Amino acid sequence: MEREAKTKKRVQVAIVGGGIVGTLTARELARYELDVLLLEKEAEVGWGTTKANSGIVHAGIHEEPGTLKAKYCFPGNQMYPKLCEELDVSFRQNGILVVALSEEEMDTVRMYYQRGLKRGVPVRLLTREEVLAQEPNLNPEVVGAVFAPEGGAVMPFELAAAAMENAVANGVQLMVDSPVINAWAEGEQKYLETPTHVIEADVVINAAGLFADDIARMFGDDSFSILPRKGEEYLFDAQLEGMVHSTLFPVPRSKTSKGILVIPTADGNLMIGPTSDDMPVKDDIGTTAEAFERIFSESRRMVPGLDPRKIITQFAGVRAASDRGDFVIEFSPKVPGLLHLAGIESPGLTAAPAIAADVPKMLQEYGLNLVPKSGFEPRREKVVRFRLLSREEQDELIRQNPAYGRMVCRCETVTEAEIVDAIKRGARTLDGVKFRTRAGAGRCQSGFCQPVIMSILSRELGIPMEQVSKRGAGTEQVNFKAKELLGKGVC
Amino acid sequence: MRKMDVDVAVIGGGPAGLAAALAARRGGAAKVLIIERNHELGGILQQCIHHGFGLHRFKAELTGPEYAQRFINEVRETDIDVLLETMVLEVSNQRTIYAVNSREGMLEISAKAIVLAMGCRERTRGALRIPGRRPAGIFSAGTAQRYINIDGYIPGKKAVILGSGDIGLIMARRLTLEGAKVEAVVEILPYAAGLARNVVQCLEDFGIPLILQFTVIEVHGDERLEAVTIAQVDEQWKPIPGTERTIECDTLLLSVGLIPENELSNGAGVQLDPITNGPKVDDTMMTSIPGIFACGNVLHVHDLVDNVSKEAERAGSFAAQYALQQLPAAARRVKVTAGENIRYVVPHEVSLDKPVEFFMRVQKPQEDVVLDVGGLRSVKKQFVKPSEMLNITLTPEVLSQLSGDTLTVRIVSPKEAGRQ
Amino acid sequence: MIKHITCTVCPLSCEITLEIGENNEIISLTGNRCNRGKVYATKEHTAPERTLTTTVRVRGGVHPLLPVRTDQPIPKGKLKEAMLATAQLEVEAPVKMGTVIVENFLGLGVNLVASRDLERG
Repeated sequence: MEREAKTKKRVQVAIVGGGIVGTLTARELARYELDVLLLEKEAEVGWGTTKANSGIVHAGIHEEPGTLKAKYCFPGNQMYPKLCEELDVSFRQNGILVVALSEEEMDTVRMYYQRGLKRGVPVRLLTREEVLAQEPNLNPEVVGAVFAPEGGAVMPFELAAAAMENAVANGVQLMVDSPVINAWAEGEQKYLETPTHVIEADVVINAAGLFADDIARMFGDDSFSILPRKGEEYLFDAQLEGMVHSTLFPVPRSKTSKGILVIPTADGNLMIGPTSDDMPVKDDIGTTAEAFERIFSESRRMVPGLDPRKIITQFAGVRAASDRGDFVIEFSPKVPGLLHLAGIESPGLTAAPAIAADVPKMLQEYGLNLVPKSGFEPRREKVVRFRLLSREEQDELIRQNPAYGRMVCRCETVTEAEIVDAIKRGARTLDGVKFRTRAGAGRCQSGFCQPVIMSILSRELGIPMEQVSKRGAGTEQVNFKAKELLGKGVC
Repeated sequence: MRKMDVDVAVIGGGPAGLAAALAARRGGAAKVLIIERNHELGGILQQCIHHGFGLHRFKAELTGPEYAQRFINEVRETDIDVLLETMVLEVSNQRTIYAVNSREGMLEISAKAIVLAMGCRERTRGALRIPGRRPAGIFSAGTAQRYINIDGYIPGKKAVILGSGDIGLIMARRLTLEGAKVEAVVEILPYAAGLARNVVQCLEDFGIPLILQFTVIEVHGDERLEAVTIAQVDEQWKPIPGTERTIECDTLLLSVGLIPENELSNGAGVQLDPITNGPKVDDTMMTSIPGIFACGNVLHVHDLVDNVSKEAERAGSFAAQYALQQLPAAARRVKVTAGENIRYVVPHEVSLDKPVEFFMRVQKPQEDVVLDVGGLRSVKKQFVKPSEMLNITLTPEVLSQLSGDTLTVRIVSPKEAGRQ
Repeated sequence: MIKHITCTVCPLSCEITLEIGENNEIISLTGNRCNRGKVYATKEHTAPERTLTTTVRVRGGVHPLLPVRTDQPIPKGKLKEAMLATAQLEVEAPVKMGTVIVENFLGLGVNLVASRDLERG
């Protein structure tokens, strides 16, 4: 489409990128009388780096003092309980253990402990016996560990989707399938072009993750670069829940990575990973046999009893590290009113609420007038999770809405009503349903339920089955009706 | 919450559940209930529209639906209760079942005996850890079969199938008949895993190549599958560098193994056999939990539905006896173990006072061997292979000759058998 | 000309070798371990047949497709034509198993029959 033919739109604040930072920022700005629009290139929010994130809410002991990472990590950690309660998102505060397998490693562990004390992070130094009492399946050669009980785990996509849902409920506009293909400034006004629109904004917030440097460069700002760094993760059958209680960290052996972890996710699966490999390209998210070997041997150092036959699925993502080795949280030196929230690699998920909370202040300093919005509702409508209810509660729910009595995902106990609700809240694809409800995320990996979920999406969205997709246009699962190919076949 | 009391509750209304329920009713259990999650009975047979079922039981080559219909019709003529679109969520070791449906909400069913007949699920790409991205177009063979035969959709037009078990072979033919092109069936073993008849009628008939000792080592494509890379494997199933080949396709079907679906069994505390992934049972098909029986694919993956029906009838009739408190405790119990070249034997324990049909599978293919059952019976076999289940029935007269507490089933050479 | 046929009558799956003459007649047949194999291989060479199982579209049923089968095998070479013919069919629910959907299908003297009961829904 020619630029002139596109729909023109004028907003006060345009956020580029619906990852964890963009969505939480949108929610923060929704507290004010502001005209805010979020542009997301994928079919749903949270499908860039956020979706593949390990989900760890860090304690705040790993980060180097004096960095933005250190500035935002612990404050972000402290915001999680209230944030997750308001957004009705699972937050498992199961603590973090950094484990020493040698006396040498124990020195580093003691350093983390001291750092924690200095920062006010709740930490305890554990002896070998204490660690093994807490984690009986840990390598018995463990020497000791530092335990940070306020670390935890969330499902990052769930949090981003919930934040966006709440932001939209409070007046923020969302446009998905809207990549920014061009951007420029004319004086104080900034313009963003998508395939269908030209947006004029007073302030642009660059939360574009892997593509934040591309967005900056569109504006003529090359003050930072994104260095893609890939990570693979492997998930175990939910039957292994309880094998490990806290997230287990090794003592890191590289500057850029916290190591291969053993992670009890917020949803109850055990997960191992991630690797941390510099990539020449931004979009290589294929899993590899080679990375699996590394992940498995490393995680077995900490938990020798891990059985590879219990792995149910795997995925990869790419971190948007910056060439500064730290977050890039500043206004562009080139373009007034262009705020970068970029280079969000670990502990980005943890830091995100704190970063988002700082944005209103930064916009005020720029000169925006922020009037608090009366009637801002921080809580999102509670999500029903059928599998967590008592038998009586389940019975009552079905009487109110029979669709709760139609079980769709057997492995994860997800009902039709929950799937319909997820679609009402923004799910438009199989993955959107999966990430919100867990339907299809279990041990049979949607082998049984996929056709049912497809027909529910078809019905609720009013589209034929051939248009129901895994994650947006181009990813439709079934391409032809029965009999359609006959006449063109080989028999 | 609706509460029900039944004599025998059968979980699953596929071939195993149907036969078990009928046998339980015939065995004198007054209140028999089948709990089925689908909106109709028949289980997986309803999507197995090809023929070849029932050759032993009915002396006919029926399609899956035809085989199921016979049992469905028989159930209809009885007063067996059927709950459709009802999902069992939990089975307790006290034989209480919690199930849900949209009409009645939560059901609490107290059963005097339970027959587990939940069938199995398919091994997934994730369990195989096939490298690559996550494009659309990758299916387990059974899911694709459901789309094609029940829902009425063809996934794609150019397919590769990984696994030459019967499901993979059947789907190769099905896709071809519906107008898609099947580029190859790729098999990691040095021989086809399924029946020779299916190799002929599903691959040779259509000129579909069978590529042996190869596996898929990577999938390509971001949004939709674009190709797969296959490589030859060595004896340890490791890919051999330099043997890679790429095949363009938009659909990959995985026919790489069936796993008995025992989440409910686990929840009840039923002891499982790590080789079969199904419950350990005695010669009444009872599991380690008194009054809970198991049969069909949930117990161990079968080849012939005729055997499923036989096994299920056994489970159903003993379940009825148990419910009627007519199942005597066994005087003497003997453990059954898998010996030389036997991967597993079912049942795991026998009482020697009733006839037992043993079902077993071998570890590796062999020619001209003897199947030796505890030194009590031996049968010459011209050919044994893992994908073809063996079965043999022993009478109490023969069984009572066993000395010791263990009955070992093994494959031996004719010479060794002759020496005994 | 030499032709190889795998017998599918029993699990032994004998590999049968046929020597074929100029007029497509069987000159010799070896490799079978019983007479059934000879019968099978002869038929496979002279007039191979297959039972067709497929689906046809249904209106007003609990499923959009009805599984069907030929009640006798048909010539193997007719499979493609048979599939194209079945693609054109549409039946109305309810249907009872065994109902003849198409009598004398493709003029081959076999019937295409319903493979199950299909209720209205």
